[in-house]
Amino acid sequence: MRAMDLIEGEEELIHTAVGAVLQSCGTGRESLIPVLQGVQDRLGYLPRLAMQRIAGDMQLPEVEVFGVGTFYNQFRLNPPGKHRVEVCLGTACHMMGGHIILESFERRLSIHEGETTPDREYSLERVACVGCCALAPVVVVDEKVEAKVSPIRVDGILLTFEIEKKEQEAEQQREAEQQREEGREA
Amino acid sequence: MSGTEAVEQAYRLLQSEAKQKVEAGREKPVILLGTATCGRAAGALAVLAAFQEEIDKHHLDVVLTETGCMGHCYAEPLAVILKPGYPPLVYGSLDEGKARRLVNDYLVSDDPCYEFAMAALEPNDVFPTFADYPRGIYEHKIILADCGLIDPGEIGHYLARDGYSGLAKVLTTEPDLVIAEIKESKLRGRGGAGFPTGVKWETCKNVPGIPKYAICNADEGDPGAFMDRALLESNPHQVLEGLTIAAYAVGAEQAYIYVRAEYPLAIKRLRTALEQSQGWGLLGRDILGSGFNLEIKLFQGSGAFVCGEETALIASIHGRAGLPNHRPPFPATSGLHGRPTLINNVKTLSYVPHIIRNGASWFRSIGTPNSPGTAVFALAGKVVSTGLAEVPMGTTLRNLVYDVGNGIKNERKFKAVQIGGPSGGCLPESSLDLPIDFDSLQQAGAMMGSGGMVVLDEDDCMVEIARFFVDFTQKESCGKCTFCRLGTKQMLDILAEITRGQGKDEDIDLLQELAEDIKLGSLCGLGKTAPNPVLTTIRYFRPEYEAHIREGRCPALMCKDLISYRIIPEMCSKLCNVCIGSCPVEAIYTRPDMLKGIDPDKCVKCNSCVSACPPQYKAVVKLSPPVVEEVVAEAVEEGMSEVEQGSGADH
Repeated sequence: MRAMDLIEGEEELIHTAVGAVLQSCGTGRESLIPVLQGVQDRLGYLPRLAMQRIAGDMQLPEVEVFGVGTFYNQFRLNPPGKHRVEVCLGTACHMMGGHIILESFERRLSIHEGETTPDREYSLERVACVGCCALAPVVVVDEKVEAKVSPIRVDGILLTFEIEKKEQEAEQQREAEQQREEGREA
Repeated sequence: MSGTEAVEQAYRLLQSEAKQKVEAGREKPVILLGTATCGRAAGALAVLAAFQEEIDKHHLDVVLTETGCMGHCYAEPLAVILKPGYPPLVYGSLDEGKARRLVNDYLVSDDPCYEFAMAALEPNDVFPTFADYPRGIYEHKIILADCGLIDPGEIGHYLARDGYSGLAKVLTTEPDLVIAEIKESKLRGRGGAGFPTGVKWETCKNVPGIPKYAICNADEGDPGAFMDRALLESNPHQVLEGLTIAAYAVGAEQAYIYVRAEYPLAIKRLRTALEQSQGWGLLGRDILGSGFNLEIKLFQGSGAFVCGEETALIASIHGRAGLPNHRPPFPATSGLHGRPTLINNVKTLSYVPHIIRNGASWFRSIGTPNSPGTAVFALAGKVVSTGLAEVPMGTTLRNLVYDVGNGIKNERKFKAVQIGGPSGGCLPESSLDLPIDFDSLQQAGAMMGSGGMVVLDEDDCMVEIARFFVDFTQKESCGKCTFCRLGTKQMLDILAEITRGQGKDEDIDLLQELAEDIKLGSLCGLGKTAPNPVLTTIRYFRPEYEAHIREGRCPALMCKDLISYRIIPEMCSKLCNVCIGSCPVEAIYTRPDMLKGIDPDKCVKCNSCVSACPPQYKAVVKLSPPVVEEVVAEAVEEGMSEVEQGSGADH
């Protein structure tokens, strides 16, 4: 799995988040999992820096924190993308072609499961059963469940986001131009 | 005893208050809409909004309530409409349009829209009830009975249906008598292994020392099982009552519910339930004036299959990686913080209030002598009516698949049923008449497990399903025991090779040998049962393994490396381009003679063209063993050169 670099200003963000969570959960050994969950709630993932800081404040070896963080599936070490794609690979979805859908996403996004695209637009994860076995194969995109997904639908989902993004960019450009014109008029 | 009377009176007061509240709502029409996770996935929230909007538009005095899951997942979103003067009707497969029509036609006018209705809940003269369908005949609902019919966010609904009456009864009884009753009922743990619940309670009670702990295990990690989630989302108070009774019986004043963080809605509804029962004096200090105190905490598990194992679960609450420990000492004698700890599954605890209310002999009258009660299954896969089903123990697999599940989808042929998830096994058609209980399944090589049941048809490859489950257990193995850590990896590699057509004759024996070693050399249930899917598929479907190994052929046409796609010229319409449009990698092209060809180098074998080809042609076929090289490759070359020539001539 690729580790990702921090973006500007993220370091500060991490320190405030970890500080706040540690204050509310306490620093006892038993709080470790709730603390990691709290940090992930705030940051969306567990950056290395956060785990180091937690180890320091809880007076645990770094490897302990990293060990617990990597043991449980819930914790992610990469930042989530703007759009989170979760492919269900429960038994029913697998038998109905869930693995084909996962491959389609991997191919289209050029990343593997558990990774985030370098522009942080998309992240791809596998999940065990989301409990919608009747609608298999299922993909959860940005918390919305897409039922009976086919490879074509994968393209459709991604295309919708691309069009949305382009429209947003065009909108921003228009606004910027408008402002520039207004500035000129003034 | 005045204490006894005081508790009973306190409970009666609470219940009459709750009943009054519920009765008051009865005069108005009520819509109960299932918004558990499964309902939401099918679009229940949009339906909810449509109902609300339409009700507001007509200024109707209607109670719109969100409930849990009735178990009919194939028909979600699902609503029950209670209108005075009409039988309570269940409507399935709703969408926004149907929701609007139901309000307009049924609630505003008086047409109950029978065309959308699935069944009535009470016998009546106009519409059949669930009991009139095969599914209704075989189902016997105990713990699922109220799911989908009560508001999980309103404790009054549970109280009005005699909820917490078991607790009230228990609080005036000696703990030993409570344990005797549970022992008498022969209730067995529904987490998978089927250990007698009463014996566990007794052990924990008899260990001296305080404090003791009680834990409800809601770490449902089996891919394909979702009944614990449905129970927590649909009827959380039933679980809380069971846990409170268990804690009272063993003498614990502190309890935990260990619930998966992947179940956000279940956590939310549990939180509400905890607050309410605390508010109503059914939890906390001096419960119902009996002097018994109990605090229940929620602990969110972080997604590790192995944490369903008791000792791993405890390690996880301690803030460590979930590695199981040697047993004995069992948690009942030395568990959380080294104290006696009782751990029971969500389903087990859900039965407890019913047993206390109706007595042990009532419970024993259902099911089989050694496995009394009912079993809850999550039906999924290639079965028509997927969802949750609760049937008496001893029901046959055939009844479950064909009567409760309504048979196989798309008129395909039944091949196997996978029971018990990664710890279970695949049972073939010859096992269909097996009465299901803890012991019979174990004899057949499978396991009750958590109750996941996936039906497989002739298009499902048994080697691939074995590989899928070993892949799961291998990833979830905590790594403590060598045999489980390395053995499952070896098994996975061998199975993967077989599915790629690179298997060797001796592989089957090697797999069996490895399986026995892993079973013997593993500490916890995960390793001990991990080989089950492999062993049962070899036992019942050996010819499929041999076809992969000896002929490089996948009989179910599922293993990608062993199939190729071909478009049969005689069947192709030539004028239809659907397959080209459906191909995500542009592997399909039109040849100069207008027939379609597939470029094997580009093809990712995603099956899109097969499903896209219109049924009147059915021109795309899968072949195994693959015959790509000669036939299609030649065509590509020919086609390409002809295309080049053709385009050359145009100029």
